[in-house]
Amino acid sequence: MEMRIMPEGDRALVVDFGEYIDETVNDSVNRLARKIQEHHLDGIQEMIPTFRSLLILFDPERTSMRRVRSEIERLDITASESESKERRILRIPCCYGGKYGEDLKDMEQVTGLSREEIISIHSGTDYRVYMLGFLPGFAYLGGLDERIAAPRLKTPRLSIPAGSVAIGGNQTGVYPIDSPGGWRIIGSTPIAFYDPSKENPILCKAGDYIRFVPIREDEYDEIREHPEAWV
Amino acid sequence: MSSIRVLSPGALTTIQDRGRYGYQSSGIRPCGAMDLDAYETAVRLAGGGDAVLEMTMLGVTVEFQSRMIFALTGADMPATLDGLPVPRYKRMGACPGQVLKVGAATNGCRGYLAFYGGIQVPKVMGSRSTDMKCHIGGMEGRPVKAGDLLEAAEPDEKTFSSLLAEDLTADEVKYSSDIEVRVIPGPQDEAFTEKGWNDFLSSSYEITPDSDRMGLRLAGLPIESKAGTDIVSDGIVFGSIQVTAAGNPIVLMADHQTTGGYAKIATVLSLDLPMLAQARPGDKVRFRKISVEDAQKLHEGPSFFAKLMKQFQRMFG
Repeated sequence: MEMRIMPEGDRALVVDFGEYIDETVNDSVNRLARKIQEHHLDGIQEMIPTFRSLLILFDPERTSMRRVRSEIERLDITASESESKERRILRIPCCYGGKYGEDLKDMEQVTGLSREEIISIHSGTDYRVYMLGFLPGFAYLGGLDERIAAPRLKTPRLSIPAGSVAIGGNQTGVYPIDSPGGWRIIGSTPIAFYDPSKENPILCKAGDYIRFVPIREDEYDEIREHPEAWV
Repeated sequence: MSSIRVLSPGALTTIQDRGRYGYQSSGIRPCGAMDLDAYETAVRLAGGGDAVLEMTMLGVTVEFQSRMIFALTGADMPATLDGLPVPRYKRMGACPGQVLKVGAATNGCRGYLAFYGGIQVPKVMGSRSTDMKCHIGGMEGRPVKAGDLLEAAEPDEKTFSSLLAEDLTADEVKYSSDIEVRVIPGPQDEAFTEKGWNDFLSSSYEITPDSDRMGLRLAGLPIESKAGTDIVSDGIVFGSIQVTAAGNPIVLMADHQTTGGYAKIATVLSLDLPMLAQARPGDKVRFRKISVEDAQKLHEGPSFFAKLMKQFQRMFG
């Protein structure tokens, strides 16, 4: 896969794999991030993987743009046999409709599908985490079935509660914290995608897959109290 | 531990350190001091630590509940201690009961008030910086308010007097309302037309009032793009210059989001960010292109020979 390396100021560079959203492109981004980590390149401070590029922040007093660039170019980032089969799938309980998914009713009209059909389609796909951004722990998921895609609300809500599972255009996602937003809320998960009190505050990472598992309202409360019991 | 009671919070005062780095891949913004130069000077003058108060346009009034070392840097906010003028850019001491009143900025935008050892709020993900959007760090993730008690380590009597005996000062920095910053083109420099690039580099842009810690929104000649400025989201750094669909540049600052979907024409050289952080609404900014190679040289510092010459000058000059 071809990569373009461009400066992003004097303390960062970006490695770009293509101007589109695609699994192979995204695989290359994550593989490069992994390789850089494994090789402990000197002076690298942090990396931000996105749909199609890897931003690499470095300390210009310890290394240089030229050096980081040549080190990256030397890394072998071709896919290996073993890794293509690895898939970390996170099962995420989701209580659809009712008080947790106030837009599910409207979704029936927008999509022309029944409540059961929408739930079965939404929970029947493994969604790929392409990248995190926008909010702490907000995962950009790929793979929403076209049949349940729905335009954003005309007037965004001022506050969507943390845990809300929503659909906006051809994307679906989980709000990690209370936030304004225009996506349609179809359900909610009792599992925290972001918890700053934990040692690992973020639930998922780029390259993971997410599978929503329908639950009842009474299960929701139970899991919320004992999230560690959910596997 | 000793406490510093906030009597008046000023216009917008937050606790900041060098920033929350290491979690941007999860969408967590770095935050941290906007003007890192003034921040570092304040910390050094106060005798070390990390978390300080960053005050915007109008300073705080605080009451010391025990003896304390402090220092003021950044924007020129005239201050008094029990009514008597306090020099800035100087290590200062205060006694229990004394009231420090920091006024409105007459030059620059952001003032820094550091206390000995730093303000002791819990670290969240390695940093004490306030993230007002995610409600973490600082005082429960919010700006400082009247009645807050800021905890800091009380220097013992001996430390207190020996720190003050050092009579430590630093050079005061003046900020211009007409600034030039150096930029490195890219990563999406090719998204803009030649005219767009000419306008960007030859005209000046005004800082608008809706600028904040997240970004400086600029008004001026719209920057022409070849086919719009929407891109598939990619990473952002402190200093990235996004161009909106209308062609207006936004310089992303300390509270920047980690990724964004607007093309970035260029990035401000990190060494020029402090003066940008001190710009006020109405101030003018010009951009000048600098190559990656020249930028790198600025970080590598003077050559061995130049250092040697300097040493000779000190010894015999």
